[in-house]
Amino acid sequence: MRRLVNRHPGRGGAWVLGALPFILLAFVYVIASQLRSAENANDKLLPTPAVLAETIHDYAFEEDSRSGSVLLWLDTGASLKRLLIALALAAAIGLVFGVATGVIPIVRATLAPFVAALSMIPPLAVLPILFITLGLGEVAKVALMVVGVTPVIIRDLALRAGELPAEQLIKAQTLGASTWQLIFRVVLPQIWPRLIDSLRLSLGAAWLFLIAAEAIASTEGLGYRIFLVRRYLAMDVILPYVVWITLLAFTMDWALKWIRSRACPWAEMAR
Amino acid sequence: MARVTARGLWKTYGDHVVLENVNLEVGDHEFVTIVGASGCGKTTFLKMLLGIETPSRGKLLIDGEPIVPEPTADRGIVFQRYSLFPHLTVLQNVLLGLEFERSRLLGKLFGTSRRNALANANRLLESIGLSSARDKYPAQLSGGMQQRLSIAQSVIRKPKILLLDEPFGALDPGITLDLHELIVELWKRERMTIFMITHDIKESFQLGTRLLVFDKVRHDPQAPEAYGARITYDLRLRGPTARSVSEAVEVAVSV
Repeated sequence: MRRLVNRHPGRGGAWVLGALPFILLAFVYVIASQLRSAENANDKLLPTPAVLAETIHDYAFEEDSRSGSVLLWLDTGASLKRLLIALALAAAIGLVFGVATGVIPIVRATLAPFVAALSMIPPLAVLPILFITLGLGEVAKVALMVVGVTPVIIRDLALRAGELPAEQLIKAQTLGASTWQLIFRVVLPQIWPRLIDSLRLSLGAAWLFLIAAEAIASTEGLGYRIFLVRRYLAMDVILPYVVWITLLAFTMDWALKWIRSRACPWAEMAR
Repeated sequence: MARVTARGLWKTYGDHVVLENVNLEVGDHEFVTIVGASGCGKTTFLKMLLGIETPSRGKLLIDGEPIVPEPTADRGIVFQRYSLFPHLTVLQNVLLGLEFERSRLLGKLFGTSRRNALANANRLLESIGLSSARDKYPAQLSGGMQQRLSIAQSVIRKPKILLLDEPFGALDPGITLDLHELIVELWKRERMTIFMITHDIKESFQLGTRLLVFDKVRHDPQAPEAYGARITYDLRLRGPTARSVSEAVEVAVSV
């Protein structure tokens, strides 16, 4: 009998083991909701699968009688639009300032302490300022996510750019590279995979800020809906929404990982 | 093709003297090998030639002109490691120097100029036996092939001076021999001046037309950093055709 630390599950075994906690959780939920509904048919806390299915059907496939639109898709569209705009902005700003900070000593001396201080400001504390100055519209929500995510990306990319071996940068200069050529041909291409990693790690924070902003001031969006129906203890809406948000975040993470392996095959080899 | 002159060259960091009073006259197309104990300023000397360190006192001249205090295309370098670009294929690694030269804005060539540069790069890869690995990434190459590529990459810009910082230090002996042949062939073909730091005494005798030994002449056990190294031996050798150490020593001139 081999030691436990040396026993690896096969491909199929790994799948089964990975699925096990999910199945277990679903099983526990079903049992618990059955028990509660047996005691009180109108229980709100743990809606049974039948109730859940009905609510999901109403939200995902039926038009809402008041607004005339299908709520789940309306909310998803609104939230994703905000999230993607914010992530694109954060990536662009992070890339420019991160690479400049990492590679150009004068920029580093100027910006590194400032960005370090900025990144310590709790973004939610800035939210009232954003709402006051930018109004309650889309701009303030996107701005919150950008404020929350960008400093981290800048610092991460600056660190990575600074970690490039000095030998490489010197070699490029002996090949005649100007500062601009050095950044464009040597630094940027090697920073792409790191930017994607950085975005993946920022996804959680971005979602957090999105839902916070939507909860406070919005008329549609996944976070808005959850906090709206909270007043009626509508767990049958909240639970599917949470699962849906998780699924969206997971898919985005997976998509970014896929893009990385496609766009930067060398990065996987260098490991 | 470049003459290098050092006159009364000192390098100090505060109280720490690394090099003291180095005097040297190196002619066109010499192959200078440099040996010496660790911490004896060999690498500092190379860094000054490269332009990433500046002399504290004295003069360091290339063709009578002071060295530009940053790396430029007239001085190529091959480090022991890390000087290849991991995100570029073998061909792209070689092409890069030409792209830097011919496309000032983007460092990327298109159309006819790209085809010309590609032909150039391919010819070079062919001549150093790397064309079959053209589309591989550096991480997929063996250590010997990586150094081969690093040398080719430096040579494509036709530097006047090629600096080698223990280029073969991490390689197997058999592979090192192949690389010796390569570097000698390139040295003859491109007619550049080479400075090569090595830990391998035999290698330094076999390859060089000139062997420099860096060492500390004075030593204070109470203050090991008070005195720096200088060139203690400056041997003229027959050059890379010589086969053995005993044959190689032609004239020994001690300073």
